[in-house]
Amino acid sequence: MDNFIAARSQMGMSLAFHIIFATIGVSLPLMMTISEWRWRSTGDPVYLLLAKRWAKGTTILFAVGAVSGTVLSFELGLLWPRFMQYAGAVIGMPFSLEGFAFFTEAIFLGIYLYGWDRVPGWFHLLSGIIVTISGVLSAIFVTLVNGWMNTPTGFDIVAGKFENIHPFVAMLNPAGIPEAVHMVLAAYTAAGFATAGIHGWLLLRGGRNRFNEAGLGIALLIGGSAVLLQSMSGDALARMVAAKQPMKLASLEGQFQTETGAPLRIGGIPFPDKRETKYAIEIPHALSLLGFHDPNALIKGLDQEPESDWPDVRAVHICFQIMVGCGSLLSLFAVAAGWLAWKKPPLIEHKVFLKTLVLVSPLGFVALEAGWMVTELGRQPWIIYHLMRTKDAVTSMPNVTITFLVMTALYVVLGIIVVWLLSRHVIATPKGKELERSEVLV
Amino acid sequence: MSTDVILAAVMLVALVIYSLLGGADYGAGFWDLMCSGPRQQDQRDVISRAIQPVWETNHIWLILVVVLTFAGFPAAFSEISLGLAVPIFLILLGIVLRGSSYVFRAYFTGSVGTQLYWGKVFSISSSMTPLFLGIVIGAISSSTVLVKDGISENGFLRTWFHPFPLIVGALSLSLFAYLSACYLTIETGDPALQNDFRNRALFSGFVSLMAAFATYVVAENAAQGIRDGLSRAPYVWLIEAGGAIAALVAYQALWTRRYQRARIAAAAQVALIVFGWGVTQYPYLVRPELTIVNSAAPSNIVSDLVIAVAIGALVLIPSLILLMLVFKTHRESRSVDADTTLV
Repeated sequence: MDNFIAARSQMGMSLAFHIIFATIGVSLPLMMTISEWRWRSTGDPVYLLLAKRWAKGTTILFAVGAVSGTVLSFELGLLWPRFMQYAGAVIGMPFSLEGFAFFTEAIFLGIYLYGWDRVPGWFHLLSGIIVTISGVLSAIFVTLVNGWMNTPTGFDIVAGKFENIHPFVAMLNPAGIPEAVHMVLAAYTAAGFATAGIHGWLLLRGGRNRFNEAGLGIALLIGGSAVLLQSMSGDALARMVAAKQPMKLASLEGQFQTETGAPLRIGGIPFPDKRETKYAIEIPHALSLLGFHDPNALIKGLDQEPESDWPDVRAVHICFQIMVGCGSLLSLFAVAAGWLAWKKPPLIEHKVFLKTLVLVSPLGFVALEAGWMVTELGRQPWIIYHLMRTKDAVTSMPNVTITFLVMTALYVVLGIIVVWLLSRHVIATPKGKELERSEVLV
Repeated sequence: MSTDVILAAVMLVALVIYSLLGGADYGAGFWDLMCSGPRQQDQRDVISRAIQPVWETNHIWLILVVVLTFAGFPAAFSEISLGLAVPIFLILLGIVLRGSSYVFRAYFTGSVGTQLYWGKVFSISSSMTPLFLGIVIGAISSSTVLVKDGISENGFLRTWFHPFPLIVGALSLSLFAYLSACYLTIETGDPALQNDFRNRALFSGFVSLMAAFATYVVAENAAQGIRDGLSRAPYVWLIEAGGAIAALVAYQALWTRRYQRARIAAAAQVALIVFGWGVTQYPYLVRPELTIVNSAAPSNIVSDLVIAVAIGALVLIPSLILLMLVFKTHRESRSVDADTTLV
C-alpha cells in the first residue's frame, strides 16, 4: 500500500467510525431530553427510566466521539499537512466555533449526568436542551468545513496562495448550509430508526411493556419526521450540486454525455471505459427537472472534464443509489406508519409492523455511510474542489501504512466494545422492579 | 500589542488551564497505576470520583489549543505535524485509549477482573500522554524541528528523540502527578487516605524539582534560546521567583497537612512554570524559525478569531464556573451519593 492510499484509508476509516459515534451522540440527547420532559409533565416513571438509559448511551458515545474527534483534528495535520498549511486559516473559523459548541456540550452533559440531585429540576431539563442544541451546532460547524472543500469561497488566489480571505464568507459557502442540514437530519434519521428498531425487537421478543412502547414512540417520531424532512433537504442539496459542482452531479448520476432534458437513472452500473451507464431504469427529463426545476435544462456530463480528473464514477454512483434507496424506503415506512397509527391504533400490537420496523431500522446508518462516501469520493481527485489535488496535500512521512493499521485495529476494538456496552446498558428491557422504583437508579 | 500576540497569549492561557485541569486528570491516572497498600481500592475510588464529572470538559482545552493553532498559525501547525508526527501519533493513541478505557471501566459492571484490566489501560495511557505532550513542547523549544517544502530535515526521530525533549517529557509527567496528588488530598475526608496522597505529593514534588533542574542543565546545549530566555528580562525573574515561592508554600503546606493551601499553591506553581515556558519561548512558536508573526494567518482572520474566542468565552466561563460550583462544592454529601452516581 503506498503512502497516499494509506493516508486516504486512514482518514476515511477514522471518519467512518467518527460519523457513527458522533451522529448517535448528536441524536440521543434530543430523545433523552424529550423523555425527561415527558416525565416531568406526566410523572410517568417509564419516561424517567428512558431518559436515564439514553443519557448512559449519550455518555458512552460522547466519550468515544470526543476522542475520535480529537484524533481527526490531529490527523488533519498528520496526514494532510500541506492542506492545513494553505487552508487552515480559511477553515479555522468553523472549527474554532465547533470547539466552543463542543465545550458547552461537555459542560452541560456533565451537569446532566451527575447533577440529577444537585440542581433544580427545571435546570436539569435545561441542561439537556443545551446539550441537544450544542451537539447540533458542532455537527453544523464541522459540516460547513466539508462544504468549503466542495465549494471553496471567501478568498482570492494570488501567486498560488490564498489571499484576501474572508473567514465568514468561507464558512457560509454555498454547499455548507445544505450539507449541514442534510447531515443533522441524517443523524436523527439514522439514530431514530436504529433506536426504534431496538425497542421493536425487544417488544417482539419480550411481549408488550410500557418501557419499550414509550421508547419506540419517541424514537420513531424523531426518525420518521427527520427522514420526511430529508427529502426536501436532499432536493436543495441536489440543486446546489447541479449548480456548483456539475461534475459531481454527473458522477452521482452516471451522466457521461452532456445533454438537455437528461433522465434520472435508478440503479444501473456505470462503465467509464464505454462512457455509458447500463441496466438503469431511466425516467426521461427527471434529472433536469430535479437539478434545475426545468425538464429541459442542460446537464453537463463527465465529457466536460479530462478523464484523469474523474472520481471513481462507479463507486460514487452506486453509493448514491444506496443512499437514495435507503432514504426512500425509510420515508415510505414513515408515511405508512403514520397512516396506520392514525387509522388503526394501537400500532404496537401489529406484529408485521414491528417486524418491518426491525428490518428497516439499520437502513438509516447504511444511508449515512453511503451518503458520506458520495460526498467524499465524489470530490476526488480534489481535496479542495478544482484548487488542490488530494495527492498534493499528503504528508511526506513514510510508513503511513503502519499508523493506518494500528488505528484501524484500535477503532475496530473500540467499535465492538461500544456495541457491547450499549447492549448491556441501553438495549435491554428493564426488570420489573426497576420500572417501579426508577428514581433510585441513575 | 498585535492581534497575533493576543491570540498566542490566549493559546498559552488555554494551555495553562489544560495543565491545571486536564494535567491533573492525567496525573490522577498515573496514581491509579501506582495505587498500593491496604487502602488501594479506596484510593482508586477517590480518583474515580474526583475526575468523573469534569474530565470530558477538561480534555477540551487541548482541542481548543489545537484548533486555534491551525486556524491562527497554520504554518506552525503544519510544521509541528510533520516534524513531530511520531510523538503526536503516540499522544493520539494515549488519548484514544485513555478516554475510551475510562468509560469502559466505569460501565463494565459485573466482573472486577475486567474493570481492573480497563483500569490498567486507563492508567498506562494516562501516563503516556503527558510524557509525549512534554516531549512535543521540549522539541519545539530546542531548534531541532526544521521543515522545508514539506520535508522534515531531521527526519522523524532526531526531531524529538534527544535528551532535552525527553527530560521535558519526564518533567511534565512528574508535575502533573504532583499537581494531581495535591488536589486528591482534599477529594476525601478520610485522614489515612489524605496521608497517602500527601506522601505521593511530597515524593512527586521532589522528582519534578529534580527534573526541572535537569531541564535547566541540559538546556545549556540543547535549548540555548530557552536558557537565555530564562535569564533575559526582569519579568521572567518575577515569574521564576513566583514559581519558587509557590513551590515552597506548597511544600510547607503539605508538610503541615494544610491541604487546601497546598492545592492552591501547587496549582500556582504549575501555572507559573507553564506560563514561564511560554514567555521564554516568545516570540517563537517553533524554534528556530517560526515566530508568532511569521507563521500567523492574515491579520483579519486572526482578529476575527480573537473576537470569536471572546464571544465563546462569554458562554464558556460562566458555564465552567457553574460546573465547578455544582460538583466541587458540597463536599460533605459526596460520600453518600458516590454509590448512586454511575452504576
